Amino acid sequence: MTVTENNEAIDGAERVRRRGDDSAVLRLSEADAAMIGADPDAADDERVLLNMGPSHPSTHGVLRLMLEMEGETILRSKPVVGYLHTGMEKQAEQLTFLQGCTNVTRMDYASPLFTELAFSLATEKLLGIEVPERAVWIRMLMCELNRMSSHLLFMATNGMDLGAVSMMIYGWREREEVLRFFEKVTGLRMNHNYIRPGGVAADLPDGWQADVERLLELISPRLEEYDILMTGQPIWRERLQGVGVLNADEALALSATGPILRSTGYAWDLRRDEPYLAYPEVDFDVIVGSYGDSFDRYAIRLNEIRESMRIVEQILDRMPTGDYRVQDKKVTPPPRVRIDQSMEALIHHFKIFTEGFKVPEGEAYAAVESPRGELGIYMVSDGSATPYRMHVRGPSYINLQTMPHLMQGGLIADGVAIISSVDPIMGEVDR
Amino acid sequence: MGDEAEVAAETMQEVVAPAATRYGMIDAGGGVLHAVADTYLEGCAEARADGFGQLIDLTAVDYLTYGAPRNLPAAVEAERFEVVTQLINHSTRERIRIRTQVNADEPVLPTLFDLWPGAENLEREVYDMFGIEFTDHPDMSRVLMPEEWVGHPLRKDYAIGSIPVQFKAASDER
Repeated sequence: MTVTENNEAIDGAERVRRRGDDSAVLRLSEADAAMIGADPDAADDERVLLNMGPSHPSTHGVLRLMLEMEGETILRSKPVVGYLHTGMEKQAEQLTFLQGCTNVTRMDYASPLFTELAFSLATEKLLGIEVPERAVWIRMLMCELNRMSSHLLFMATNGMDLGAVSMMIYGWREREEVLRFFEKVTGLRMNHNYIRPGGVAADLPDGWQADVERLLELISPRLEEYDILMTGQPIWRERLQGVGVLNADEALALSATGPILRSTGYAWDLRRDEPYLAYPEVDFDVIVGSYGDSFDRYAIRLNEIRESMRIVEQILDRMPTGDYRVQDKKVTPPPRVRIDQSMEALIHHFKIFTEGFKVPEGEAYAAVESPRGELGIYMVSDGSATPYRMHVRGPSYINLQTMPHLMQGGLIADGVAIISSVDPIMGEVDR
Repeated sequence: MGDEAEVAAETMQEVVAPAATRYGMIDAGGGVLHAVADTYLEGCAEARADGFGQLIDLTAVDYLTYGAPRNLPAAVEAERFEVVTQLINHSTRERIRIRTQVNADEPVLPTLFDLWPGAENLEREVYDMFGIEFTDHPDMSRVLMPEEWVGHPLRKDYAIGSIPVQFKAASDER
């Protein structure tokens, strides 16, 4: 086919296009793998099929890898996923647009607000409503804080996977501070259901500025400590530099987004390139790497925490006043006090929460830059109160495709560093 | 005044009418293109050559029980399945969404693997959830459901139900 020939000429992604045995992806079914294992004559070469996971401490939840090894070298690998599959896309077809956020927030449990945001943006696109300015800025504040907490979690797990066990405790400690603020605002540490179609569930509590300022003051020097503990440390660099290398063409060909794409030196960040919310109004830098290795992916995330803090500082100064949700009676329930005063308000409240609101028919796609890459929701409505179809473009699921290519030719110990640097969240991979 | 409006209407028609196809697919405006199985792969290859360097998403919709009008262009014949492919052009920051009609009796489409290897797991998921097969795909197998699973859960005629799970340690006396 001429298409393939052209591709080889125009980009440097030949390696990821291979189909045969020279590909990094082990395309082997469970049944065939079992047969190879059962056949004593099969092992006439030095190759071994090794199973890693699904419950291995360094495989981040329930990721399972089927590895073809020669000695300690990984030749081919296959991420086996689906252990957490609970049919959340099917379930979304049963839940109203108002209930939908409670479902999607459970996908990427490390950055739940981003999925809520993408869901709300897609619904708002279909509804044709625009949310008030304060709601936009609250969404931005919460998402940037969530990016910080998600990357702090990465710092913790990445440290743990590489043997820097104290880092695990430090990362969790700082993340917990962010989650404490989330708990104050949304009532929950995770799975917030805070960003909803039409705005956010509640206004920020009194004294939120002081809380956020305290948080920024606390985390900023801690990041300097991480630099001392890890960034400049020879053992840390030795473990990550040059491990799991991908070039920009390969990352693009594999549909990778987020820190994995940016680590190759390709500056693509939806906040800057396809701005949503009020990102054009704040200053921040898109962090890119230059080698596309695990160290770059680590450094990008560390510096993205700093950039998020920069954005949060600007939001603190510029948070507008006004409504925190749209005053459109079709999608917004009446304020709590009105329910005590008026029968109509009570009925209105009851109707919205039992039947939901109808969304005009059509299809829409909304994408946000989550800590893991482009997180998009494709929504089809048939004019009823529940989505006809809701699809999530999960960055973890798609970025997982880079893993075999990152691992090929590496040692199994590097494999652990690579799994960690891809930072998959299995709740969103499996959905 | 009236003349101006007429002229404006005419120019608008002129602008809209010739832009009806793009990469051999029907352009519905707003970045949405409509394709059929025959024009799908070639159209995608043309789009790629034109700068749409990254496949961002690929999914499907089962329109079996869709109650509302489908809102398709007149030239497009509605089928039960629709595969939705999203491409992005990073240099112009443009996105297109290709909606491809797929026949229910023969749910087959060519794979995009050779254009974008990132299609591999997305197409596997569509196969797993909808039973749409992608020809020439390097590994057309289930990805989220167990390999021996029967049925395709995101089809609209796949019933939502529950399977009673017996808790083995429970005693019968209650």
